[in-house]
Amino acid sequence: MVTTRASLDDVWAWLADVPDPEIPVISIVDLGIVRDVAWQGDTLQVTVTPTYSGCPATAVISMEIEAALRAKGIDQIALKTQIAPPWTTDWLSDAGRSKLEAYGIAPPRAAGGPARCPRCQAPEVELISQFGSTPCKAQWRCNSCLEPFDYFKCI
Amino acid sequence: MVEGLLRLGDNTLVLGQRLSAWCGHAPALEEDIALANIALDLIGQTQLWLGLAGQREGQGRDADRLAYHRDAWDFRNLLLVEQPNRDFGVTMMRQFLFDTWHLEVLKALTGHVDEEVSAIAQKAVKEVTYHRERSTDTIIALGDGTEESHNRMQSALDRLWPYVGEMFDPDDADLTDMATLRPAFDTYLLSTLDEATLTKPDSAFAHLGGKTGVRHTEHLGHMLATMQVLPRSYPDAKW
Repeated sequence: MVTTRASLDDVWAWLADVPDPEIPVISIVDLGIVRDVAWQGDTLQVTVTPTYSGCPATAVISMEIEAALRAKGIDQIALKTQIAPPWTTDWLSDAGRSKLEAYGIAPPRAAGGPARCPRCQAPEVELISQFGSTPCKAQWRCNSCLEPFDYFKCI
Repeated sequence: MVEGLLRLGDNTLVLGQRLSAWCGHAPALEEDIALANIALDLIGQTQLWLGLAGQREGQGRDADRLAYHRDAWDFRNLLLVEQPNRDFGVTMMRQFLFDTWHLEVLKALTGHVDEEVSAIAQKAVKEVTYHRERSTDTIIALGDGTEESHNRMQSALDRLWPYVGEMFDPDDADLTDMATLRPAFDTYLLSTLDEATLTKPDSAFAHLGGKTGVRHTEHLGHMLATMQVLPRSYPDAKW
């Protein structure tokens, strides 16, 4: 049997269209959780790393990767979970950071807090709670427009 | 090795279950979300530790099997984590004592010779660094708060103090020598208590028997009854 294996560039491009289930404005590639794609014979191996060890989106992400690749005609898919080296927000792409901010989520910063309010851009912001609506976010508030907003935690 | 992995996984499982009980009941929405998120991290770590324990044991037990189909005497968690939630002060003091110990343990395990143990520790250490930061802030805010909050935090510390010693009681089943972690724990604890205007109890008395499984407190069985009832009553249930 002769099969044509999709190029890895194509595979990366397809995965770049798979949205994160919790923050659909960014893709799983933007998020930096797809660590590797490689053909092993006729099986496509996709290596994924979880953001947080208990993140409930992990299972959904695996299903979405499979569904996206099957839709492109790839039948034999092996998903591999890799936890070391652990995921870091350094792997979030620049495009991902901009998309987060445009969506209203302040992107992570090494300084440990948002640079400015993602809505009104004012730099006067304060922490409300170290945890937010998902494990990867914290709650902050803008002291200028007074709106609360999510901050993508830096880890 | 399996025994040491069970200890790590049972600690995070039991404390994760305890914290989950606050969901919908915490004093403020932010606290509610924070406790649920910490519980989620701990349950995620449980899946890794107990998953590896089952794999190394080699008898076909996965993390769910170990979590839901063992009885209290088979659990290897510290007595501290099975203590009831009581009020928010006790919950946060228990969390602070555990986080401070847990972080030192994980830091030590990142250098473990077994690659899989080290990988889980490297993942968990990031999450637990954040947990300790949060519980430290809370201890200081409540300890150095109103007269009422100060008194509650001091009584929480007095109540939980006899469960601290077990964390550092060394034996061969632990994956790292716990006794060597005590100085770092004490340093951090004392500086935090100082800022929180709380007083460390003088007693060195320690209740033992949780991590060896010899003598759990009565509270563990009640907690497991709630946690395990569904998979035990409906063994084929999927979720």
